[in-house]
Amino acid sequence: MEYVIEMLGIRKEFGNFVANNNITLQLKKGEIHALLGENGAGKSTLMNVLFGLYQPEAGEIRVNGKTVSIANPNVANDLGIGMVHQHFMLVENFTVTENIILGSEPTKFGTVNIRQAAKKVKELSERYNLDVDPNAKIEDISVGMQQRVEILKTLYRGAEMLIFDEPTASLTPQEIEELIQIMRLLIKEGKSIIIITHKLKEIMEVSDRVTIIRKGEGIGTVVTAETNPNELAELMVGRQVEFKTEKKDATPGEDVLVINDLTVADYRGIDKVVNLNLNIRKGEIVGIAGIDGNGQSELIEAITGLRKVKSGSITLNGQNITNLKPRDITESGVGHIPEDRHKHGLVLDFPIGHNIALQTYYKAPISKGMIMDYKKINEKARQIIEEYDVRTGHGEMTPARALSGGNQQKAIIGREVDRDPDLLIAALPTRGLDVGAIEFIHSRLIEQRDKGKAVLLISFELDEVMNVSDRIAVIYDGTIVDTVYPKLTNEQELGLLMAGEARQSKPDMLAKGGTE
Amino acid sequence: MSNRVVNILVPVISIIVGLLVGAVVMLVSGYDPVKGYIALWNGIFGDSYSIGNTIRQITPYILAGLAVAFAFRTGLFNIGVEGQLLMGWLAAAWVGYAVELPRIIHLPLAILAAAVAGAFWAFLVGFLKARLNVHEVISSIMLNYTALYVTNAVIKSLSDGGFKTETVLPSATLRAQWLRDMTDNSSLHLGIILSLLMVLVMWFILEKTTRGYELKAVGFNQNAAEYAGMSVKKNIILAMTISGVFAGLAGAMEALGTFQNASIKAGFTGVGFDGIAVALLGANTPLGVVFGATLFGSLKYGALNMPNAAGIPEEMVSIIIALIIFFVACGYVIRLGLQKFGSKKEGN
Repeated sequence: MEYVIEMLGIRKEFGNFVANNNITLQLKKGEIHALLGENGAGKSTLMNVLFGLYQPEAGEIRVNGKTVSIANPNVANDLGIGMVHQHFMLVENFTVTENIILGSEPTKFGTVNIRQAAKKVKELSERYNLDVDPNAKIEDISVGMQQRVEILKTLYRGAEMLIFDEPTASLTPQEIEELIQIMRLLIKEGKSIIIITHKLKEIMEVSDRVTIIRKGEGIGTVVTAETNPNELAELMVGRQVEFKTEKKDATPGEDVLVINDLTVADYRGIDKVVNLNLNIRKGEIVGIAGIDGNGQSELIEAITGLRKVKSGSITLNGQNITNLKPRDITESGVGHIPEDRHKHGLVLDFPIGHNIALQTYYKAPISKGMIMDYKKINEKARQIIEEYDVRTGHGEMTPARALSGGNQQKAIIGREVDRDPDLLIAALPTRGLDVGAIEFIHSRLIEQRDKGKAVLLISFELDEVMNVSDRIAVIYDGTIVDTVYPKLTNEQELGLLMAGEARQSKPDMLAKGGTE
Repeated sequence: MSNRVVNILVPVISIIVGLLVGAVVMLVSGYDPVKGYIALWNGIFGDSYSIGNTIRQITPYILAGLAVAFAFRTGLFNIGVEGQLLMGWLAAAWVGYAVELPRIIHLPLAILAAAVAGAFWAFLVGFLKARLNVHEVISSIMLNYTALYVTNAVIKSLSDGGFKTETVLPSATLRAQWLRDMTDNSSLHLGIILSLLMVLVMWFILEKTTRGYELKAVGFNQNAAEYAGMSVKKNIILAMTISGVFAGLAGAMEALGTFQNASIKAGFTGVGFDGIAVALLGANTPLGVVFGATLFGSLKYGALNMPNAAGIPEEMVSIIIALIIFFVACGYVIRLGLQKFGSKKEGN
């Protein structure tokens, strides 16, 4: 069997931390090979070793059967290895062609021969059906197109082996479908592909074989056709994983959050939430289903006090919290898992322990008067790290930045739930996380519900909304257009509602506040 | 190689490399580097008089460095330390000669006046940023010029057209006879104790208080701070004001310690701007600032001896001092080199 890339027994350490141990990955010519692992399992580290960004402590790399030493990315490029990064490395105000030739500009009498380059880019684009305009500026094209520019960049440099790092993370479903077509075409043209991902659905659809790593250890390689998502998930996480979260029926009590005729404008003064009504009761998870940009962010910001309400009212346990300061709202019993954990949820330069204190630093026992008690903070942090299975390198003193996304999210959830809020707002709580972390977070949300708390879940993933919610409020154009129950609806119906199509029949039992 | 060893080796090697390059520059220009460095050494440590004056030189650098470092740690760039220092200088000098009080009240009052003046000048910057979104670099640079000419004008009118104020009264001076006796009549004064105390104060505020936690959180991530219910605007104003207190105190060192008056200046003192380098050399930590200020102050004062004792022109001296500081600032490169060297050794 002919392997174009062989990574044999790779080991990579950072100080005392072993990021990769004894990992073997063999890429056949013309195959799509998936590299599967949880967040923080060491996938990116392994690929950075292959790309020459890190030097391995042990192991061997062979390209086309020859042992090589890849000292830096230029060597990788020369060997025909190209990388499509998750976070694109493009100059925003350069054209497509300018970006592609950056670093290896063709010159004519000392000036850049942009025309020749553009011609070559166009040829490549047509050959692989990429449909990229060589003269468009990066800032003017969509994320999906930008990714294609990254692909073109590697092809332009003569890559035969392409590494895709989490390529679908920021794409729309339509763009994902197109990307898969492109990958198939690349294979047909004789290229070989490694795709890094933790999305099982995509692996099953696109890959020929899968190599799994778990906590830095190589677990093995399986043929995709001979496996199934359940087995892959088990190999990845190391135990059985439930895709559908088990839960008892809800037994909702009295109203916790009541929103009446709420109108909220965005920073430009345009109303993003319009006359919205919503209630959440004790012991109930209400999911907000909707397409991104239909007022979800503004709704959360209004509830949490981060944005001023234009009109209408928000009450929590009968107490009016409309337009209170964020801290007063937090203190009256609201916990908030923000949609952007890097922007709002964490101070990335603080140790994770100090982040645990972000909402409670000014109160006993974390502080006395004006003096912080960092010993108490660290105690608390250790407790939450333990309880919520936050995997850190150096305990509570690890910088928040150094944690993987899933572990950052677990820490935030730990912090918010630990304050025991009456209302827990979870905005896109599982975005970018792997199945193990998703399962964990869902069960924590349901646990809060079972303790009699109200939970507001905002998600763009229909699976998640259907799975976790007891009641689903569909938001469209800033207003709740309908309320449905997961057991009595399906994805098609929800999809139509989210697109603004009104439901034909509306049984009385589904009216606001009704029970199943 | 352990982290601790690297942390100690980096500054040591940086200084040695800086001295070597400085020596090359002297050689190339036809001066004797050995003679030059002996003159520099003697200028810093030669006798108790030099040591006293070196410490006196370090004093305002510590406070200016603290001012810049404190602002940096809270996400702000206070380039206006120079102006805040000038305001503090004038305020301390004025209170120092214009009122008559017992020493136990007069000296603290004069120091306090400097702190308040510096704080007010910095508060303006913080207020403009928090309320009107004016970038602090722009407003603080402009306020540097305003401070320079405002203090000049005030000094002129206070001295009836003269170029300096009256000398501060003995009850407000930072000078102490026992310090002068100890250092052969150098101008060393009590200010060094106050600056070291302020090093502790900065450490305490940032590392021990809830306010310090807030200030740092706002500095690192305003969005997360707001999400956690902190007032970003209030913290920006407060951070700038505290930074100004340190800067104003640096002015008090000059007014009540070194010069005993305030005089009209043709240009900036440079201490406030050097404070930026001091803070960066010290990685914006309180203890690091002491290290940075010691390096800066020693070289600046010791170098004064080089033209006399080794015949090296002042311009050349400035270049050599700049080179040494440059290499210390390049510590990162040396750290990288050490780590490569260390890991290669382990690999064998």
